[in-house]
Amino acid sequence: MITWPILSVVTFLPVVGALIIYISRGDDEAVRRNARWIALWTTLITFAVSLMLVWRFDPSQPDFQFVEKAPWLANAITYHMGVDGISLPFVILTTALMPFCIIASWKSITLRVREYMMAFLLLETLMVGTFSALDLVLFYLFFEGGLIPMFLIIGVWGGPRRVYASFKFFLYTLLGSVLMLLAIMALYWNAGTTDIPTLMHTAVPRSLQTWAWLAFFASFAVKMPMWPVHTWLPDAHVEAPTAGSVILAAILLKMGGYGFLRFSLPMFPLASHDFAPLIFSLSVIAIIYTSLVALMQEDMKKLIAYSSVAHMGFVTMGIFAGTTQGIAGGVFQMISHGIVSGALFLCVGIVYDRMHTREVAAYGGLVNRMPLYALVFMVFTMANVGLPGTSGFVGEFMTLIGTFKVSIPTATFATTGVILSAAYALWLYRKVIFGALVKPSLASIKDLTFREGLTLMPLVALTVLFGFYPKPVLDVSAASVQQLVSNYNTAVTAVKAAALLQ
Amino acid sequence: MSFESAGYQLLPVLPELVLALGAMVLLMIGAYRGAHSTALVTGLAIGLLVLTGLLELALPAGKAITFGGSFILDDFARFLKILALIGSVATLVLSAEYLADSSRRIFEYSILVLLSTLGMMVLISAGDLIMLYLGLELMSLALYVVAASNRDNVKSTEAGLKYFVLGALSSGMLLYGASLVYGFTGTVSFAGVAAAVKTGSIGIVFGLVFLLAGLCFKISAVPFHMWTPDVYEGAPTPVTAFFASAPKVAALAVFTRVALTAFPGIVPQWQQIVVFVAIASMALGSFAAIGQRNIKRLMAYSSIGHMGFALVGLAAGTTEGAQGVLVYIAIYVAMTLGSFAVILTIKRNGQQFENISDFAGLSRTNPLLAFFFAMLLFSLAGVPPLAGFFAKFYVFVAAIKAGLFTLSVVGVLTSVVGAYYYLVIVKVMYFDEPLPKLDPVRVELRTVLGIAGLFNIFFFAYPGPLVSMASAAAKSLF
Repeated sequence: MITWPILSVVTFLPVVGALIIYISRGDDEAVRRNARWIALWTTLITFAVSLMLVWRFDPSQPDFQFVEKAPWLANAITYHMGVDGISLPFVILTTALMPFCIIASWKSITLRVREYMMAFLLLETLMVGTFSALDLVLFYLFFEGGLIPMFLIIGVWGGPRRVYASFKFFLYTLLGSVLMLLAIMALYWNAGTTDIPTLMHTAVPRSLQTWAWLAFFASFAVKMPMWPVHTWLPDAHVEAPTAGSVILAAILLKMGGYGFLRFSLPMFPLASHDFAPLIFSLSVIAIIYTSLVALMQEDMKKLIAYSSVAHMGFVTMGIFAGTTQGIAGGVFQMISHGIVSGALFLCVGIVYDRMHTREVAAYGGLVNRMPLYALVFMVFTMANVGLPGTSGFVGEFMTLIGTFKVSIPTATFATTGVILSAAYALWLYRKVIFGALVKPSLASIKDLTFREGLTLMPLVALTVLFGFYPKPVLDVSAASVQQLVSNYNTAVTAVKAAALLQ
Repeated sequence: MSFESAGYQLLPVLPELVLALGAMVLLMIGAYRGAHSTALVTGLAIGLLVLTGLLELALPAGKAITFGGSFILDDFARFLKILALIGSVATLVLSAEYLADSSRRIFEYSILVLLSTLGMMVLISAGDLIMLYLGLELMSLALYVVAASNRDNVKSTEAGLKYFVLGALSSGMLLYGASLVYGFTGTVSFAGVAAAVKTGSIGIVFGLVFLLAGLCFKISAVPFHMWTPDVYEGAPTPVTAFFASAPKVAALAVFTRVALTAFPGIVPQWQQIVVFVAIASMALGSFAAIGQRNIKRLMAYSSIGHMGFALVGLAAGTTEGAQGVLVYIAIYVAMTLGSFAVILTIKRNGQQFENISDFAGLSRTNPLLAFFFAMLLFSLAGVPPLAGFFAKFYVFVAAIKAGLFTLSVVGVLTSVVGAYYYLVIVKVMYFDEPLPKLDPVRVELRTVLGIAGLFNIFFFAYPGPLVSMASAAAKSLF
C-alpha cells in the first residue's frame, strides 16, 4: 500500500525546513521574514502530509500501520516506525498545532527569530518521532532529544525567571527519564530486543514488571506531570514564550500519557494492575489539590498550568482504570486538552502581547473593548470546565464512567474536580473579561487582529465540533484501544485464575 | 631467521619501530637546525603519526604475539592505538598556535608527544607486567615534561612538578603490586598470571589492589584523582587537551586488558574495586565540578566523571562491558578534543581566557561555535541523540546485563547531577549578555572542532561501524 516512507517524511520534514532556514542569507530583516515564512510553510506542508496518514489509515485495524523498518544500532535495535489508533491522533495533534505556534510567534518574537524557528521545527521532528517510534531506544532518543530545543526555547526567549525555569524543566525531566533508560536496558536483556510490538507480546517476569513499571512511571509521571512531581510545570509555563507554553501543554505533557498507554499498560499489565490504586490516589490528589491551588493563582498562565495538572489527573485515572471507556476517554481527553489548553495559552498570549503582564488583577472589563476576544475566551473556558457541548466534557465524562466501573470512591472524588474547575475557570473569566473597564491602561486595548483570529477560530471550531461529535477521534483509536484493553484483561485475569487455583 | 622463529617477529611492532626511529630522526633535525625548525618538526611529527596509523591498519588482521608473549597485537590493541594516534595528531594540530609563539619555540614538544605516544602504543599492546611498566613510564615521563613546557609560567612548572611527584608515587605502587603478583604467581605474563590465579589468595589480592591503584592514578579515577584539576589548570591548554585524550585511552586500555586477561579467575575481587572506583569517580566528577569557575578545572572534573562511566562497562567484566568501554573511550576522545578546540578559541585581543564567564553570549557573537560547543556539552551530559548518549548507553547496557543494578542507578543519577554543570555553560553562552567578539578562529581549531562536532551530532545516524569495530575488538580479549 505504501510506496514512500510517509511517516519518516512527516517526521523529518521539519528538520529540512530548519536547514533551509539556516542556509537562507540576507540582511537582518530579510532573514527574519524568511525564517517566519519558511517555518510556516514547513509546518503547513508537514500538516498536509500528515493528513495523508489519516486518509490512508485503516481504523478497523488494531495493529501498527505505515510501518517502516531499517537496521540501525545492532541487530536487535532497529529504526522502526509506525502508528496505530492510539498514536495517530497525537501525531496529527502535533502537526496541526505547529502552524498555530509559528503564527502566534509572528510578532511577539523579534530577537533571534532564525534560531527560534529552527528550534521549533527541530522540536516538531522530535515530538512526531516520539509518537511514531516503534523501538524503545529510538523512542527514548526522540523523547529525550526534545529537552534540548525546549530548554533553549524557555531559556533564550522566556520571561524574567527563565534560567531557573529552564534548568528545573531540564533536570526534572532528565532525572525521571534516566531511570526509564535502565528499565529499557533490562527489557532488552529480558526479551533480546527493544522492538515495541514484539515486547508487547512478550511476557515479562513479575518482579521485572514491578521494577520496570516504576522506572517508566518515574519518567512519565514527571512528564505528565502527576502530583507531587508537577512543580516544574507552572514555572516552565510562566517563563516560556507563548508558543512554548502551547507546545508544553498541548503536546509535551501528552508524551507522559502516551507512554503509559504504549508501555506501562501493554508491557507490564500485572504491575499496572497492582499499582492502579497508587495511580488513582495520585490522580485524585492531583485533581483536587491542584484545582485548589489554581483557585489561588494571580498569574493567568500559572492558573492554566495548574488546571492542566488537574486535567491530566483525569487522564491517568482513566488510563489505569483499564476499561475501554477509561482508556478511550483518556486518549480523547488528551487530544481535547491539547486543543483547549493550547488555545487558552494563545488567549493569554494575546493580552500579554498588548499589556505585557499576566496578572489577573491587571485586567477587568475586557468585554467592553474586546467582544470577539471575550467570546473566544469563553468557549475555551467552558471547554476547560468541561461543559457539555465542548470537547472537554466528553473526555472527562468518559474517564469518569470508565473509572466508576473499577473504583467508585476514586470516581466520586474526581467528580468534585469538575466543580472546582468551574470555580477557578469562571473566576478567571469574570475577573479578566467582565466588570467595568476602569483601569486606564486598558482603555485603548484592541480586539483580535486578523492574524490572531485566524489562529483561534479553527480551534474554536474543533472544540465545539468534538464536543458534539467526538466520533472522528474515538473511531480512529477504537480498535487499538479495544485490543489494548482485551490484552490487559487477559493478562490480569490469567494471573487471578492462577492465584485462585493455588 | 632464527631470531624470528624464536617468537621474536618484528612485523607486529613495525609501527612502533617506525615511530621510535622517526622520533629520533626528528630530534636530530631539531638539534641541528635549531629553534627555527619547530614548525617543520611539528609538521613532520604529524606526518609520522599518520604514517604510523596507516601502518597499523596495513598490518595483517588477526592476533599476533611477539617478544615471547610480551607484545600482543590484536583487534583490541589496533582499535585503541588508532584512537590514541588520533588523539595525538589532534593535540599537535591544536598546539600549532601555542608553538608559534616566539617565546615558546620548542621543537622538543612535538618529539615528546611522539615519544609519549610510543609509550601509549607499547602500553596498549603490553602482554606482561614488564612491558606494561615500560610503556607506562615512557608515556608518563614524556608527559611530565610536556606539562611543564611553558617554562616561564609558574603554574605550568608547578603542574609538571606535581604531576611528576604524584606520578612517581603511583608508579611505585604499581611496581609494588606487580612484584607481589610476580611473587605469588611466579610469572609476569598476563596469560601466565591468569593460569596461576584461580582463587583470590590474600597476597594476590594485595598485588591486584596496588596494581589497580597505579592504573587508577593514570586514568585519574577517584581516589587517585587529586593531581588532575591542578595539572589540567596549570598545563598549557593544548597539553591539557592531550592529557585528557590519548593517555586516558592508553591507560584505560591497559586497565581493561589487565583486569580481563590477567585476572579473569578472580572477577568478584576486582569487580568490587572497580565498582567502588566507578561510583566514587562519577559522584566526585559530578558534584565537585559544580563549583568550578575555570573551564579547564571543570573539564578535569568532567574527565574524572567520564572515567567513572567508562569503568562501569569494565565492572561488568563481560564482552559487552569491554565493548562499552571501547565505545565510551572513542566517543569521549572526540567530545574532549572538540571541547578543547573550543576552549582554545576563547581569545580576545590576543589574550586567552579560561573562565566560564568568558563564554558569555557566545551564541550571538559566534553562533556556529556556540552551537557546536553546546552540542558537545549536551553530549558530555549524555543527552540523546548525541554521541555521548550512546557512549553511556553501551556501558550501562553491559552493567544491567551483569546485574549491577545499584551501580547503574547511581551512575545515571550522577549523570543528571553532571548535566547541571554542562547546562550552566550552555546557559552562559545562550542566555547571558554577550561579551566582545572573539578573535578570528584559526583554521586548525575549526578543523578539529568541525570533525569532532559533526561526529558528535551525526553519530546517531550511522553508529554501525564504530560499534561493530568495538565489538570485534572486545571479542579479541576473550
